[in-house]
Amino acid sequence: MDIYRAHVLVCGGTGCSSSGSATLIERFNEQIAAHGLDKEVKVIRTGCFGLCEAGPVVIVYPDGTFYSHVKAEDVDEIVSEHLLKGRKVEHLVYVEHATHEQNAEKKLDDINFYKHQHRIALRNCGVIDPENIDEYLAMDGYKALEKALTTMTREEVIDEVLKSGLRGRGGGGFPTGLKWKFTYQSQADQKYVACNADEGDPGAFMDRSILEGDPHAIIEAMAIAGYAIGASQGYIYVRAEYPIAVKRLSIAIDQAREYGLLGENIFETGFNFDLNIRLGAGAFVCGEETALMHSIEGKRGEPTARPPFPAVKGLFEKPTMLNNVETYANVAQIILHGADWYAAMGTEKSKGTKVFALGGKINNTGLVEIEMGTPLRKIIYDIGGGCPNGKKFKAVQTGGPSGGCLPESLLDTPVDYDNLIAAGSMMGSGGMIVMDEDNCMVDIARFYLDFIVDESCGKCAPCRIGTKRMKEILDRIVEGKGEEGDIEKLEALAETIKATALCGLGNTAPNPVLSTLKFFRDEYEAHIYEKRCPAHHCRSLLQFKIDPAKCKGCTACARACPADAITGTVKQPHVIDVKKCLKCGSCMEKCRFGAISRE
Amino acid sequence: MKSLAELEAIRKATLNRINLRTEDDSEATRVVVGMATCGIAAGARPVMLSFMDEINKRQLSNVTVSQTGCIGMCRLEPMVDVIVPGKEKVTYVHVKPEMVPRIVAEHVVNGRPVAEYTIGAAENE
Repeated sequence: MDIYRAHVLVCGGTGCSSSGSATLIERFNEQIAAHGLDKEVKVIRTGCFGLCEAGPVVIVYPDGTFYSHVKAEDVDEIVSEHLLKGRKVEHLVYVEHATHEQNAEKKLDDINFYKHQHRIALRNCGVIDPENIDEYLAMDGYKALEKALTTMTREEVIDEVLKSGLRGRGGGGFPTGLKWKFTYQSQADQKYVACNADEGDPGAFMDRSILEGDPHAIIEAMAIAGYAIGASQGYIYVRAEYPIAVKRLSIAIDQAREYGLLGENIFETGFNFDLNIRLGAGAFVCGEETALMHSIEGKRGEPTARPPFPAVKGLFEKPTMLNNVETYANVAQIILHGADWYAAMGTEKSKGTKVFALGGKINNTGLVEIEMGTPLRKIIYDIGGGCPNGKKFKAVQTGGPSGGCLPESLLDTPVDYDNLIAAGSMMGSGGMIVMDEDNCMVDIARFYLDFIVDESCGKCAPCRIGTKRMKEILDRIVEGKGEEGDIEKLEALAETIKATALCGLGNTAPNPVLSTLKFFRDEYEAHIYEKRCPAHHCRSLLQFKIDPAKCKGCTACARACPADAITGTVKQPHVIDVKKCLKCGSCMEKCRFGAISRE
Repeated sequence: MKSLAELEAIRKATLNRINLRTEDDSEATRVVVGMATCGIAAGARPVMLSFMDEINKRQLSNVTVSQTGCIGMCRLEPMVDVIVPGKEKVTYVHVKPEMVPRIVAEHVVNGRPVAEYTIGAAENE
């Protein structure tokens, strides 16, 4: 095990991998060898750094220089300048969005995006090599398992989790410690621990990043949970669409077995625990706990009514404790540092931190972990860098298809489980999609409902038929065929579905419609009564017009029009044929005189 | 199967290897080698490698080796700065690989600069 003078950390998360970080690693190794630096400089593939917008991301230590948008051809320069001669390559250094500052001396923690964060669940992501158990051990890995097994009773472990105030990070927000306690209290010859890694909300990717960047944290936490509730077998149900996560998880499980951290008689305490991976069946509803367990059993992934709750009768009819990936990612730290340390963070009823996936119309797309109680405004502006191209913020969607859209006026809401619900949305798994003035809220509601209609398993009528009817009404509205009474119909359907659907998916399916109706009712009304889309988004309601006073007859628009809908002679005002117009907007982009408008 | 003691040993050894990635380097001793063209031509690379060898051999944690450019006194290259936190920077000149074990043993480990190798001694000659 040799010491190197410099470490080149290359992000191997999904975002950076898809923008080519694997070729970067090859090129770095090649160039480093070519300069004879292979005994001095080491290249490490890490998990996600979070700032996916700037990817592929490369950090050079010990300087902590943060390079962003690195291309394969930039590698030669970083090696020959920075690694060989110690001169940082200024022009490749990350540029701050707010200030346009490019400072090679700035450390990661000083960058706005990271400055306001508090990383517990993501603490090792982007720091360690996820395929190397030794590096996890060096970051106090498996110390919590050791502490629990050798110094704590099962009741003490449960008590610690209970006292920490940790709540389910998958969306429900149920107190984790209570779940552990109920499963502990169930009497059975066999119990199970399970991990829900069937992350499905559009825009959410924190579970994926944790599995990819720090898989051992989940293994350690599940072993602790197994000890606490009395289970010897665990299952991780992970989406088959997450190949990197599955691969790193498998490697991590093998390494943990080799070190005796999984298997029989762990730390010679007589405690046995082993883990297996189950690949998801590819349906959104499989993230619902009863459906997930049916899927692990090899049955069709459909929900069943509760009770009995999994803590009483779960996998293979045995008591089962199911937690989400991010929830588990907090457990080892709680055991290690104590419940009081964890409970000191956050708000009265929501303790600790939460990871959010920032997406949509926001500058710093990526993954952020903040203390509970941080106002939305801080997340979106200070960390996220606001909306790109100077557009005006309109709403933020939280909680995925079960959540809702919150307007500008609620941006000062401190984020926690209860505040978000009171505001008309929910925490969900932590997707946060930002919309600007160009987004039509009716269309957004339609998008989420479309997702639900696709993903509804069809077992119960309210969800199968009800959401379909709601979507038909929304389709009509955005096409300009909305009728009086549509809004009332939507509301009536929503209330019925909420009250009667079988599982959480259906119960919350109308939320995107209800929340947009609550905060953006005027947009619905404009579509229905005035046949106009205030955001100029819905094509059926758009009309492009040429102002004859401004048109110079340059013919640029006519040449740009793919449908030959614009006619006119040179130096004479042109006209758009509304019937032929596809409403693509290319004429508007081409016009240099601002003569074309849409309404 | 690893015992608790073995796991602890792995933790320590790995931490030594990766602690240059931890952001807080205010506690670390820094060895900075001048590696501009003049430094490399005067033989700075073998000097830097011997520093790393020595640090490896002694399994020293909290020491980083980094490079810097030319500071203008090319005639004194290879030059090496050793910066112990809270102490003044010490500059060694005309450093040869065989001088490195002594610098590490006396200065980096025990906090006593090797006076005869420093820039002060060279300028007084």
